Amino acid sequence: MTAVRPEPTFLGIPPFPEAAHTALADLHLRANLRKATHTIRERRAAVVGEMPDWEKLRRAGAAIKDDVLAHLPRYLEQLEASVTAAGGTVHWARDAAEANAIVVGIAREHGTDEVVKIKSMATQEIGLNNALAAAGIRAWETDLAELIVQLGHDLPSHILVPAVHKNRAEIRDIFAAGMGDAGRPAPDGLTDRPADLAEAARQHLREKFLRAKVAVSGGNFAVAETGTVCVVESEGNGRMCLTLPDVLITVLGIEKLLPTWQDMEVFLQLLPRSSTGERMNPYTSMWTGVTEGDGPRSFHLVLLDNGRTDVLADPVGRQALRCIRCSACLNVCPVYERTGGQAYGSVYPGPIGAVLTPQLRGINQHDVDPQTASLPYASTLCGACREACPVDIDIPAILTRQRAQLADLGRGPVHRGEQAAMKAAAGAFAEPWRLGLAQHAASFSRHFIGRKGKIGKVPRLLAGPLAGWTASRDAPAAPPESFRSWFKRTDGGLTEGDPATAGSPADGGLEEL
Amino acid sequence: MRIALFITCFNDTMFPDTGKSVVRVLRRLGHEVEFPYGQTCCGQMHFNTGHRREARPIARGFAETFAPYDAVVTPSGSCAAMVREGHPVLAEGARGKGADRFRAQVAEVAPRVYEFSEFLVDVLGVTDVGAYFPHSVTYHPTCHSARVLGVGDRPVRLLRAVRGLQLAPLPRAAECCGFGGTFALKNAETSTEIGRDKAAAVLESGAQVLCAGDNSCLMHIGGLLSRQHAGVKIMHLADILAATGPHPDLPAFPSGDLAYPVPDPVHPGPLPPDAAAAAAARHEFPFEKGAAR
Repeated sequence: MTAVRPEPTFLGIPPFPEAAHTALADLHLRANLRKATHTIRERRAAVVGEMPDWEKLRRAGAAIKDDVLAHLPRYLEQLEASVTAAGGTVHWARDAAEANAIVVGIAREHGTDEVVKIKSMATQEIGLNNALAAAGIRAWETDLAELIVQLGHDLPSHILVPAVHKNRAEIRDIFAAGMGDAGRPAPDGLTDRPADLAEAARQHLREKFLRAKVAVSGGNFAVAETGTVCVVESEGNGRMCLTLPDVLITVLGIEKLLPTWQDMEVFLQLLPRSSTGERMNPYTSMWTGVTEGDGPRSFHLVLLDNGRTDVLADPVGRQALRCIRCSACLNVCPVYERTGGQAYGSVYPGPIGAVLTPQLRGINQHDVDPQTASLPYASTLCGACREACPVDIDIPAILTRQRAQLADLGRGPVHRGEQAAMKAAAGAFAEPWRLGLAQHAASFSRHFIGRKGKIGKVPRLLAGPLAGWTASRDAPAAPPESFRSWFKRTDGGLTEGDPATAGSPADGGLEEL
Repeated sequence: MRIALFITCFNDTMFPDTGKSVVRVLRRLGHEVEFPYGQTCCGQMHFNTGHRREARPIARGFAETFAPYDAVVTPSGSCAAMVREGHPVLAEGARGKGADRFRAQVAEVAPRVYEFSEFLVDVLGVTDVGAYFPHSVTYHPTCHSARVLGVGDRPVRLLRAVRGLQLAPLPRAAECCGFGGTFALKNAETSTEIGRDKAAAVLESGAQVLCAGDNSCLMHIGGLLSRQHAGVKIMHLADILAATGPHPDLPAFPSGDLAYPVPDPVHPGPLPPDAAAAAAARHEFPFEKGAAR
């Protein structure tokens, strides 16, 4: 058995604000992300905008997924029966270790030391490549972006385009340096022209497709009624994996089910438009068990739980399981656009990652780690994600719920100072007279902190957590009189004539502006 | 109709003039607004940061205070959104004595809470509030007003009806400004980077004034602009709708002439020859002409 080099993992990524600090300083990354997210955002907006029934489709998508989640055991058993009847084998995996053991076992059974892989979030979630590596089996990623990440010994940063943080010059360098170790080297004098890069990848991958005996895939949908599994892709590399090797192993999260064949109608409209901004994706592969003389001779379906049934137990959080991994929420997210995906420290980045990762890892437990606990706060709650979501996942609602779970546990970035400040504020808001008192104090403070009505840079030592504000932003000093004092003093402006005479609008705000 | 003003704790303390502007606009339209002194806060900061235990009594106090009124108007999109979307969640989770009363009151009061532009357009049915503001203004649709409340083009319709005001389109307007409440502190760097892009868009618009329906977002964007000494004024929508003359800090802007290019707000140059002649012609008084003859 030859030693196979393990791939990097997200283990050890610091909590979000720290990871974001590094990402924000990477101007190269920022430029790549800005270009990519804006391009795909506009494309999506165009093809979604042309659909008169988009809102109905969204609601249908959400309703179908909710039905699946509400009757999951029934549909899973139905799927198992129909896949088995069509000649496939169904395996059940409670967690990552079980799923990995099943895949490794099947690969060993067929005496292979390599597998080709289709882009799959589920196998990344369970760390399959490293489990295979530990067993001496090489896993070749065949999705172009996934190949770039693998050859560059990098981590993915996007659900759909895992190498979105790389531009084509960087990709050229990665191919030139890395292809030789993994198989057919890149041609001499490789340029960064997209056509040349694609050709280099095509040549590199072709020998793997033709040689491999075992393929591993994920799946976008599985129809309980018929046992049909569906993979949606753009490149055709997935189609190669699905049809050429003798053995096909598909690892599928249990939430990927659809009840009937007809339900595909809804999702094949929602998914391509939301993810790549295309009306229809180039390659849609569907297979039902095994077919004599066509495609793989044996088919294994691994049904993966890995925390999903725990997510199902949460009445608010469970809607995250509707997710069809389109990544529309990433592309519209103001936070993701600046930090990229790696800062989220999970194979699921962006808004959906911020709600899914903590739930899969178990946010409701006392030993939740600081990185996981930082994710629900990695959002401005602007709601662009919810608006873009093709299955109407209320991501902001899940985020605030998770923040509440963390605050109740006293975990995460909810430090003691914040607890105390929140309690103090709640105390002030409990009685109007206490708020009045606090306002007098705020107003009085302008005599020694504000200059010309504004507060500039304040040393961290003095301002504590508020230094985060003044490091980059001026703050207005509190005006001499609160609104309630004014209203009381002047009877709502009646005793002093027109309230506008009390001062020009926005006085006491940012004076210089 | 008994109208109550919910000023919000933030405006009450930091931007009292916005409250005065609301009173002034409504009075101009013939409506007296009451200020229930029992009010404090909507609890949004607590709710959004996860401190629901602390948020609940605040929401309960809100419902008690505003129950007697037919309509509650507030100059904040995000606080209105908190009441309409967040309070039902808090009421739902309430347990013990008074929980049923809390739920019933929230169900009664929350739908009667209106953001300022909603109140003017939907409840009072006006878009022209009789304002005059001879400056170029760009409007940022804050996320909670646009996405949670769905105020749509109401604020823009109100601004378009302001005499003298020239509305400059804000590039990439739908993008968040990066404020996000405690996000601005917990993820200060990311918040700042998002805000810088918004500030750049504001400068790109060429407007003299950045306007929005939330002073919180404005304080964030304005704080960045101020640190850059960008020379753009931030003003709440209500403050513009209350105006009846040029702002003392701003050079008056030739009104109504769309051919006039938006000047650099920091260094407004001389009028282009054609526009100068047009402006001069406009400002000539006919009877003076007559007298000269």
